[in-house]
Amino acid sequence: MKYHKPKTFEEAAQIAAGSNGVTRFLAGGTDVLVQLRSDVVTPDDLIDIKGIDGTKAITKRGDGGWDLGVAVSGAEMMEHAELKRDWPGLVEGMDLIGSTQVQGRATLVGNLCNGSPAADSVPGMIAAGCTVSITGASGTRNVPVEEIPVGPGRTALTKGDVISAVHIPPRGARGGDAYLRFIPRTEMDIAVVGCAVNLRLDGDEISEARVVLGAVAPTVVLVEDAAKAIIGTALDDGALDALGATATAACNPIDDKRGTIEFRRDVAAVLAKRAAKIAYSRAKGGQQ
Amino acid sequence: MALDSGKPKFKYIGTRPNRPDGLDKVTGRARYGADISAPGMLHGAILRSPHAHAKILKIDASKALALKGVKAVVTRADFADGLSGEDWNIQENCMAGEKALYDGHAVAAVAATSALIARDAIKLIDVDYEPLPHVTDVDAAMAEGAPVIRDGAADYSVPEGLHPNVVRYFESGRGDLDEGFAKADLVLKRHYTTEAAHQGYIEPHACLAQLGADGKGELWCCTQGHWYVRQMCAAALGLEVSQLKVTPSEIGGGFGGKTTVFIDPVALALSRKAGGKPVKLVMSRSEVLRATGPTASASMDIKMGMTKDGKITAASGTYRMQGGAFPGAPVDETTVLAFANYNIEHVHHVGYDVMSNRPKQAAYRAPGAPMAAFGTESIIDEMATQLGLDPLEIRLKNAVKEGVRATYGPKFPAVGLIETLEAAQSHDNYAVPLGPNQGRGVASGFWLNWGGDTSASVAISEDGTVAVTVGTPDIGGSRASMALMAAEAFGIPYENVRVHIGDTASLGINEPTHGSRATYASGLAVIQSAKECIQKLSKRAAEAWGIDPDAVIWEDGFARPSGPNAGEFEPMSIAEIAGNMSSSGGPISGHFEASPETYGGSFGTHVVDVEVDPETGRTTVLRYLVVQDAGKAIHPSYVEGQFQGGAAQGIGWALNEEYIYGEDGRLQNPIFLDYRVPVASDLPMIDTVIVEVPNPGHPYGVRGVGETGITPPLPAIANAIAAATGVRFTKLPLTPPRVLAGIKAAKNA
Ligand SMILES: Cc1cc2nc3c(=O)[nH]c(=O)nc-3n(C[C@H](O)[C@H](O)[C@H](O)COP(=O)(O)OP(=O)(O)OC[C@H]3O[C@@H](n4cnc5c(N)ncnc54)[C@H](O)[C@@H]3O)c2cc1C
Repeated sequence: MKYHKPKTFEEAAQIAAGSNGVTRFLAGGTDVLVQLRSDVVTPDDLIDIKGIDGTKAITKRGDGGWDLGVAVSGAEMMEHAELKRDWPGLVEGMDLIGSTQVQGRATLVGNLCNGSPAADSVPGMIAAGCTVSITGASGTRNVPVEEIPVGPGRTALTKGDVISAVHIPPRGARGGDAYLRFIPRTEMDIAVVGCAVNLRLDGDEISEARVVLGAVAPTVVLVEDAAKAIIGTALDDGALDALGATATAACNPIDDKRGTIEFRRDVAAVLAKRAAKIAYSRAKGGQQ
Repeated sequence: MALDSGKPKFKYIGTRPNRPDGLDKVTGRARYGADISAPGMLHGAILRSPHAHAKILKIDASKALALKGVKAVVTRADFADGLSGEDWNIQENCMAGEKALYDGHAVAAVAATSALIARDAIKLIDVDYEPLPHVTDVDAAMAEGAPVIRDGAADYSVPEGLHPNVVRYFESGRGDLDEGFAKADLVLKRHYTTEAAHQGYIEPHACLAQLGADGKGELWCCTQGHWYVRQMCAAALGLEVSQLKVTPSEIGGGFGGKTTVFIDPVALALSRKAGGKPVKLVMSRSEVLRATGPTASASMDIKMGMTKDGKITAASGTYRMQGGAFPGAPVDETTVLAFANYNIEHVHHVGYDVMSNRPKQAAYRAPGAPMAAFGTESIIDEMATQLGLDPLEIRLKNAVKEGVRATYGPKFPAVGLIETLEAAQSHDNYAVPLGPNQGRGVASGFWLNWGGDTSASVAISEDGTVAVTVGTPDIGGSRASMALMAAEAFGIPYENVRVHIGDTASLGINEPTHGSRATYASGLAVIQSAKECIQKLSKRAAEAWGIDPDAVIWEDGFARPSGPNAGEFEPMSIAEIAGNMSSSGGPISGHFEASPETYGGSFGTHVVDVEVDPETGRTTVLRYLVVQDAGKAIHPSYVEGQFQGGAAQGIGWALNEEYIYGEDGRLQNPIFLDYRVPVASDLPMIDTVIVEVPNPGHPYGVRGVGETGITPPLPAIANAIAAATGVRFTKLPLTPPRVLAGIKAAKNA
C-alpha cells in the first residue's frame, strides 16, 4: 500500500488515474480506515486529500449559498451557527453520524462516496439541491449530488475522479429542511429508513419541495411524486396522507437483519410525514 | 459479630470507599488480556470455518508455512488424543476435528512474527470442505429428518425415540396437574421463544501463552477462573495440570462467558509448535460473536391455572433449549427455576437440551433463568390482566417465603421475595401516572447462587497491614468488598488491606467468579482466614503478657485482656504484634479452604415504564426500578452496579439483541453495529432499592447479587409493552419491526 499526500486536486486525480490497483481517497477515514483494519478493503494507493488548500473551509458565497471544503468535518458544520441556521436538516443529517470521536473526522463527501444507501447526510444534501465539483482527467465539472450514487457501494465517479468541493444553494426566504432517520437504538446505529424534506412556502402553501428517502432502495432516492403530493398544499391531513403513500410507493427495500420490507415501507411514510412537518414549521420560522 | 446477637453493627461493611483497582483502571495502567507481552513474542491468528456444517477433508498449510515470518501452524492433530466428555467438547470447540460444526468454528491457527503476517498467513491455508446440511433453529433441530450434529452425543437421560440432536432430557414436578388445573377459574397456555444473546463483554478474549517441549508452561489470560482454564488447557494439550501456571489479567467483563476457554489451548499449542516461543492471541469482535458462547435460545410451552382471586393452582412448562453444537444448554436451571418464585402445589417441568449448528453456548448471567422467567412472568401478567388483578398483588399472593417447599424440592430458608415486592409496591415509580402509549411492566426473578471450591490466604505484613490473596478474579469490584470484609474482621482501616488475585500456583483450587459466588464464598474465606490470623495475633499477645490465650480478646485492631481477671496490660495493636513477628514465633498468616454450601438465593422484582411509538413500534424505556435482596450489601455502590448491569443486559435481550442466522447457516450480525447491545443513551438512570434479608449462612449475611438482576427484565419489558400497546408479544426480541407488525395485526383483526 502506498500513501500519497498531494497538494492539489489535479495531482490527486492524476495519482488515482495512474494507479494499477485499488485506490481510496482519505478524507476523515472513518470508513476507509475501518474497512482497512477489518480486512474489507486494502487499498494499493491511499490518497490523503487533507493536505490540499481550502479543504477545511466553509465559505458563504455572494449569492447566499455555501461552499464546503471536502475535509470539513461534521463537528465543524455543527459549530457553524450560520450554516446551521440556513440548513438545519442538512447539518443534522451529518451530525447523526457516529459519535463525538467520529464527528471530529467524518465528512459529507466521504459519506457520499462510501456509497451506502443508508448514508445519513446524503438525503439532506439531495433535498437541499447540493452539487459537487468533480476534478478529473478532463478538468472540473459540477454534478448534482443525486447523480453520484448508482448502487450499494458504487458511485458515478470514474477512475481518476476526485470530488473537490460541495456547493449548497442559497437558502432564500421562507424555506425549511429536516432529516429524520429510524434506528432501533438512540445512537451508533445505521438508518433502517431515512428521510429528508426541503420545502419553501408561499403564504401557508408549499411552493417548492424535495423529498428524499434513504435505506429503502439500492441508492438514496429523490421522490418526485412525494414532492408533488405536498406542493400547493398547506400540509393538511390529506396532503400528509398522500405524502406517506407516495413515500411508501417509492420504496424498493430488502428484507434483512435490520428491518423487513413491510417495516421499511411503513416507516418511510411515517418519517416523510414527520420530517415534512418539521420542515414546514421551520419554513414558517419555527425553531424545531 | 454473630448474627444471632441481634442486628449486627458494622464499622466498614456498608460504606462506599473507592475501589482499590479504580485508579489503575481510569488511568490505563491496569493490564487487560491484550496488554500482556513478552520478549520474542509471536502473534497468533485463527482460521475459521465459513460453513455452518462441513466435513473437513484436507488442510494444506504449505503456502502459509512458506510465508516469511510464519513460525508454526497447528490443526487438531497438534492436540491431545483420547479425550471424552466435557474435556473433548472443549477441545473440539477450540479446534475442529473431522467436521466444522458452525460458522466460525476454528479449523487451523498460525503463529508469526507479526499480527499482520499471521492474518495474511491464515488466508493461505487451503481447506477442503464437504458442506453438509445444517440446522440453526431449536424446533427444527428436534424435528424428524433434521441433520444430525453428532450421533451418540445423547446421554442416558434421553428417552427412546427422540431425535439424536436431543442430548439431555430433564423432568421434575410434584402433585397432580389435572387436579390443579381443575381447581382453576382460568387456565392459559402459551408458546414463548427467546433468542440467543451474547454476554457482550467489552474486552475480547486475549492471552499470552508459553509452552515448552518439556510440558511446562505459563499462560496469562483474561478469564473469570484461571483454575478452570488450567484444567481445560491441560486436558486439551495432554499436560500435567501442575506444570501449567495460569495468571489472570484484569478483566473487561465476562458475565459467564469467560468461565471456559476458546483460544488459550490454541495459543499454547502454537507456542509448543514454535519451539516454546510465547504466542499472543487476541480475538476480534466478530470472532467473539461468531465463535464464543452466547447463551442458549429457548422455545417453551407454558400452561398455568389460577383462581379468580389470583391463586396459582397448577403450572407446567416444556423447555427446548438450543445450546449450539455441543451438549450443555442450561436446561436444568431453566426447568428448576421456572416456577420457583411461587408456592404451587401441582407443578411439572420437562426440558430438552438440543444441539444445532451454532457456537457452543456458554454461561450467561443466571444461565437459563431469564428464559424461564420470560415464560412464567409473562403468563402470570396476562392472567392478572384478564382477571383484573394488580400484578404485584398477584405475586404477593403466591410468593414463597421461609419454610415453603420450593417447586424444585427443598424448603426455603429465609428469603426476600415478599420484601422486594413490598418495596416495589411502596416505591414512587409504582405510582407515577402514565400517558398515552405508555405502559408499566412488573416481573420477579430468582437465582440460586453458588458456593464452590474456594481457597484464600491472608498474610500479616511487618507493619501490621494486611495482604489478602483470593482466587476469584475481580469483575465487579470484589477487591473492594474483600478489603471491607477483612477490615471489618480485623478492625483496621480499609486502606490497610490490599487484595490480590493469586495465580494458580499460589492457592488451592478455586472455581471462577461465577454463580454470584465471589463476595459470598471468597468473602467467607477471607473472613475465616482473618479469624485464623486474629487467633494467632492474640496468642502472640498472650505470650508476651504471659497469660492464657483464651484471656485475650480482639477489638478494633488491638489485642486486649478480656477483663480484669486476665490482668492489666496495655492493649497491643496489630502493628506492634506484627513488628515483633520474627522474634515471637515467625510469620503470621491465615488460610481457608472449603466448598461452602450455605449460599443464599436472591430474589428481585423489577418495575419498568415504557413508551411505544405506535407508528414505528419503537420502545423507549422511561424509568426502570430494580429491587433485590442482597442479604447484606458489603459495598452498596457495587451492589447497585450489579443490579443496574443485570437490568441493562436484560433490557437489551428483551428489545434488540439476537443471533440472526441466514439460510446459509452463517451468522448475519457478527458486529456491534447489528448485534444491538443498548448504548448508554438508550437507558434511563436505573433506580435501585437494596433489600437486606440476611443470609444465615454467611458471617455478615451476604447473598450473591450478580445474576438475579438479568432474570426479570425480559418479562418486565414484554409486560410493559403489552400494557402500552394492548398487544401481547410472546417472541423476543421486541424489535420495532416485530412490535409494529403486532400492532398492525391487532388493528386489522
Ligand atoms: C463508529 C462509526 C459510526 C458511524 N455512524 C454512521 C452513521 O450513523 N451514519 C452514516 O451515514 N455513517 C456512519 N458511519 C460511516 C462514516 O463515518 C461516514 O460514512 C462518514 O461520513 C465517512 O466520511 P470520511 O470522511 O470519514 O470518509 P473516508 O473514510 O475518508 O472515505 C470514505 C469513502 O469516500 C471516498 N472519498 C473520500 N473523499 C473523497 C473525495 N474527495 N473524492 C472522491 N471520493 C472520496 C473514499 O475513497 C472512500 O471510499 C460511521 C462510522 C463509524 C466508524
